[in-house]
Amino acid sequence: MSWTRKLLRVDLAKGTCTSEPLNMEWAALYLGQRGLASKYLSEEVDPTCDPLGAENKLIMATGPLTGTMASTGGRYSVITKGPLTGAIACSNSGGFFGAELKFAGWDMIIFEGKSDKPVYLLIQDDHAELRDASHMWGKTAWETDDIIHATHQDPQMRVACIGRTAENGCLYAAVMNDKHRAAGRSGVGTVMASKHIKAVAVRGTQGIGNVDDAGAFMQATNDGKEVLAENAVTGQGLPAYGTQVLMNVINGIGGLPARNMRDVGFEGAENISAEAMAEPRKSDGKPNLTTNGACFGCTIACGRISTVDPTHFSVKDKPQYQGASGGLEYEAAWALGADTGVDDLDALTYVNFLCNEDGMDPISFGATVAAAMELFEDGVITTEHTGGVELTFGNAEAFVAITEQMCQGGAFADDLGLGSKRLTEKYGKPDLSMSVKGQEFPAYDPRGIQGIGLNYATSNRGACHLRGYTIASEVLGIPVKTEMNDTDGKPELVKAFQDATALVDSAGLCIFTTFAWGMDNIAPQIDAACEGDWSVENCLEAGERIWNMERLFNEAAGFTADDDKLPKRLLKEAIKDGPTKGQVNRLGEMLPKYYEIRGWTPDGKVTDETRQRLSL
Amino acid sequence: MQKSLNIDPGKCTGCLQCEMACSYEHTGTFNPSRSYIKVFTFHHEGRFAPYTCTQCDEAWCMRACPVDAIGIDASTGAKVVYEDKCVGCKVCTIACPFGTINYSQATGKVVKCDLCGGDPQCAAACPTDAITYVDADWTGYDRMMASAAKSLPSAEANA
Repeated sequence: MSWTRKLLRVDLAKGTCTSEPLNMEWAALYLGQRGLASKYLSEEVDPTCDPLGAENKLIMATGPLTGTMASTGGRYSVITKGPLTGAIACSNSGGFFGAELKFAGWDMIIFEGKSDKPVYLLIQDDHAELRDASHMWGKTAWETDDIIHATHQDPQMRVACIGRTAENGCLYAAVMNDKHRAAGRSGVGTVMASKHIKAVAVRGTQGIGNVDDAGAFMQATNDGKEVLAENAVTGQGLPAYGTQVLMNVINGIGGLPARNMRDVGFEGAENISAEAMAEPRKSDGKPNLTTNGACFGCTIACGRISTVDPTHFSVKDKPQYQGASGGLEYEAAWALGADTGVDDLDALTYVNFLCNEDGMDPISFGATVAAAMELFEDGVITTEHTGGVELTFGNAEAFVAITEQMCQGGAFADDLGLGSKRLTEKYGKPDLSMSVKGQEFPAYDPRGIQGIGLNYATSNRGACHLRGYTIASEVLGIPVKTEMNDTDGKPELVKAFQDATALVDSAGLCIFTTFAWGMDNIAPQIDAACEGDWSVENCLEAGERIWNMERLFNEAAGFTADDDKLPKRLLKEAIKDGPTKGQVNRLGEMLPKYYEIRGWTPDGKVTDETRQRLSL
Repeated sequence: MQKSLNIDPGKCTGCLQCEMACSYEHTGTFNPSRSYIKVFTFHHEGRFAPYTCTQCDEAWCMRACPVDAIGIDASTGAKVVYEDKCVGCKVCTIACPFGTINYSQATGKVVKCDLCGGDPQCAAACPTDAITYVDADWTGYDRMMASAAKSLPSAEANA
């Protein structure tokens, strides 16, 4: 069955840790991880609650395939009501923490209430306890990880924790695990900080020995691995170049936004691309990219392990940043790079290290800095606000300085920690926030690529590519090519991607497998691992159910069709030049049809019929 | 013909498929903590190193065992632990210069790589061929060949 059938409930006010049976009726409908934890959140948390109040809960959840031999089966998610958006938040991470939690015998952890003082949760198989973390408060995520390993003398212990930005109230703080993997988006780390949880340390030795049909599971996972190995994207492109393989591609087709999305197309894209990361540098003859690295159980291994040029101004006198660590992924390279106009690969790699070290989402951080840069160039923000930093587009030194400020905290760090929506509102220019539901865009311009715009507008956690990656179809032709600038068929495309993704995120698998896998590759793996009937049809229906459940949470939290919108810039300011010149996003052509095929009312409300059809 | 595991750390991505395959073969569970092959991550160097028993001919563990609980699998040459004889004294873990025979709290015995009776599952599961099972006389030859390639005049010209 693959679930451990057990969850750990942690009452932070009382300081208790209690084992509880997993609700298997819900598991049969919502599978695990994103779906099942969102169900628990929906049932247990008032959607109108203050995300940073004691009544919000924070759930860390694995999927049934987490910790198994299924390729990429190592994922876990952090589910809560997000402070950046006020919507349901679900941030997914790889690394090794999720599998370890499963090996310790837990499908998920539910944190409720708030602790008076900083604590960390220690889990050693069945044993779980809260311990004092006063000595870790104020430390970075990297320092916290080191302290826990030094305390417990167990190199196999896995740690998920928050850095200083979460403690300082930055609304897009991440939960970091294994030092450089992140449950990155929507401020799930900020919620963790609000509950005074500094870290979760896990060691599991029980393993997973109860897959439903072991023979069928080994066959299905082996078949899946072969498909990944033979596919050009998952077998060659991602291991060699990582997600950064996209930088030159997306720039080339006129889909790469730059300078707070004022422009499309970035002249410095090549300098911060995968190809640049592989180029030996002059100082020490080494390339930025040291090697590729895998998350738990992943046979793709797209992860970047990088170094900064030791002679670069950012790390010159800082030996602690001269070793290898998690390098630039495409979204981070875009947000930190193209969106701020900075094309200095070493500066971006260093800033990325800092985002990992102090636990913040590089997409929202980069995009918020980009908005601040536009405010600076408009004269609304001045050096008086920035502590003397000339925060202009393209200024690498300024960007590095402002990131260091961000990690240490201070008045301008507090401003940037608001995210672009609140920042631009505060300075009276709300149209300069490139966000949906308060969350910043990733690296694909929806003026050039129509479907992704509809996905951004309707994503349940605010603007996000990982809720329905239609780029696969619209740019890469996976599974079939659709025209970037067409709106016809895009509502159907977006719905299909959103529903399938919800299921993949609930299984314990990585969404990157879907460059090669269809549901016909995924369903047999779930079906062999889990009791119940997980046919392709049932998997897709579960995905649709999960999507609608999230939508209902947001409805109850006060979101309406008015929140399914894109910033004016993307609807009115046509792309100035390049292959997509003259285009804007035509959301209005797609949204009514999208609501209709979702089985929602014309104003975007989930109908009773749809609820019944999906057993909601 | 005797075969050996041949490990190329440069190809390892640290995915731990080998650890899961090993534990599944020996315990029926996906459980890296029960694996007889271990992948070590050297984060700041950006390197991964799978490591397990090399099956010494003159095996220190076998010589050290006071109860003759370690013997040779005649079909593979692997040094194997006889669980019914092992008393869990751990002398072998002290004797082994490489640390590749280990005590298991779960069983109260020592455990080590047994080459899965001639079909090592770690090698079968490795997605990058960082672990292969080759003719014992050929261990290291891939690196010799790589070094030889570097000495070719054309390769030098390209470098």
